[in-house]
Amino acid sequence: MMKLISTLILLFFSCTFAFAVDVATPKEGESLPEMLFPAIEDAGVQKYLGVSGGEPFSVNDIQGEVVIVQIFSMYCPHCQADAPSVNELYKKIQNSSQIREKIKLLGIGAGNSNLEVDIFRQKYKVSFPLFEDERFVIHKQVGEVRTPYFIAAKKNSEGGWSVFYSKLGGIENADSFLKTIRQLSGL
Amino acid sequence: MMKKAFVAVMTVALFLIAAPLTYGLSEAFKDSVYNPGELKPVDSQLKVKVGEPAPDFTLPSLSGEKITLSSFRDNKNVVLSFVPAAWTPVCSDQWPGYNIVKDIFDQNDAILLGITVDNIPTLYSWVREMGQLWFPVLSDFWPHGAVADAYGVLRSDGVTERALLFIDKKGVLRHAHVGDINVRPPMQVIVTELEKMNQAP
Repeated sequence: MMKLISTLILLFFSCTFAFAVDVATPKEGESLPEMLFPAIEDAGVQKYLGVSGGEPFSVNDIQGEVVIVQIFSMYCPHCQADAPSVNELYKKIQNSSQIREKIKLLGIGAGNSNLEVDIFRQKYKVSFPLFEDERFVIHKQVGEVRTPYFIAAKKNSEGGWSVFYSKLGGIENADSFLKTIRQLSGL
Repeated sequence: MMKKAFVAVMTVALFLIAAPLTYGLSEAFKDSVYNPGELKPVDSQLKVKVGEPAPDFTLPSLSGEKITLSSFRDNKNVVLSFVPAAWTPVCSDQWPGYNIVKDIFDQNDAILLGITVDNIPTLYSWVREMGQLWFPVLSDFWPHGAVADAYGVLRSDGVTERALLFIDKKGVLRHAHVGDINVRPPMQVIVTELEKMNQAP
């Protein structure tokens, strides 16, 4: 009976712990949660992220030194207003031979279906990869943040990503945002 | 004692699992949005039938203009988007998305009418937070929820269901989507039903 009670107590704490892990937003110095993505068919996106096609992949498979993750929603007015600035950021990264291969940018549509992500992509002519998160799986991994939310992380020696930027709100100014990212990451 | 301990642990565990509500709230609303918690998914019975004429109505809109459903007859397909209440989480996260799909409505010769049972001043403040909306926002405040009630989407607590009603150019109801009030309806419903309505002879 004591064994059963201790098992129940263990179950209680593991539930509590799982819940705590679910809702914590990754902060500076912490690891980026291992986000999982479905297989990509687009060869351009495969090449950009450095992942092979045909199979699902994890954020840890993305090639580069820094990854910038935008949590957005097509239903969010601030994300809509910020879209041109994020496009500008991508353009600035791609136009620089110094950082093009090192900084990767991607967006996660919190609660958005493929169709909803496509609508956002087409409306704002987004050319960096956007992924659906219709069931809020990744959104939960990052603590159900409000949108837009930006997380930037640097590749660490274990092959994961260490967060160095985690902030609510749009980037607003591509130049100053990129400057911050380069300063904080040392790129 | 064993049973008591088990029940206690499972109750806490279930609470912890069920506690987080899944919606991605925009920063646009900051802390102004009231969270009503998890509600009964549907709390009314539709009074309209697909294939039958949709009840006509005239309601005041935010712009000051009165909008009459039958004024779109022979001219536009109409989508009514009933949302439960201003300043609540899912509703605040629904119309801003419709704001970027005007082209889908245009392609299908359709107009969108947003309706809540809130009064005009409340709707004014709430919609301002969303920015400029391209579609009319109507107030079914007085007599309270009369239009929602005519359609059978007025809940027992006086707010409406989260409902999408598709009415063709002849004024006939073509599709009714009364979803779980706690969840935003998928955009796919709008796209599919608009196309079906527009392609029908």
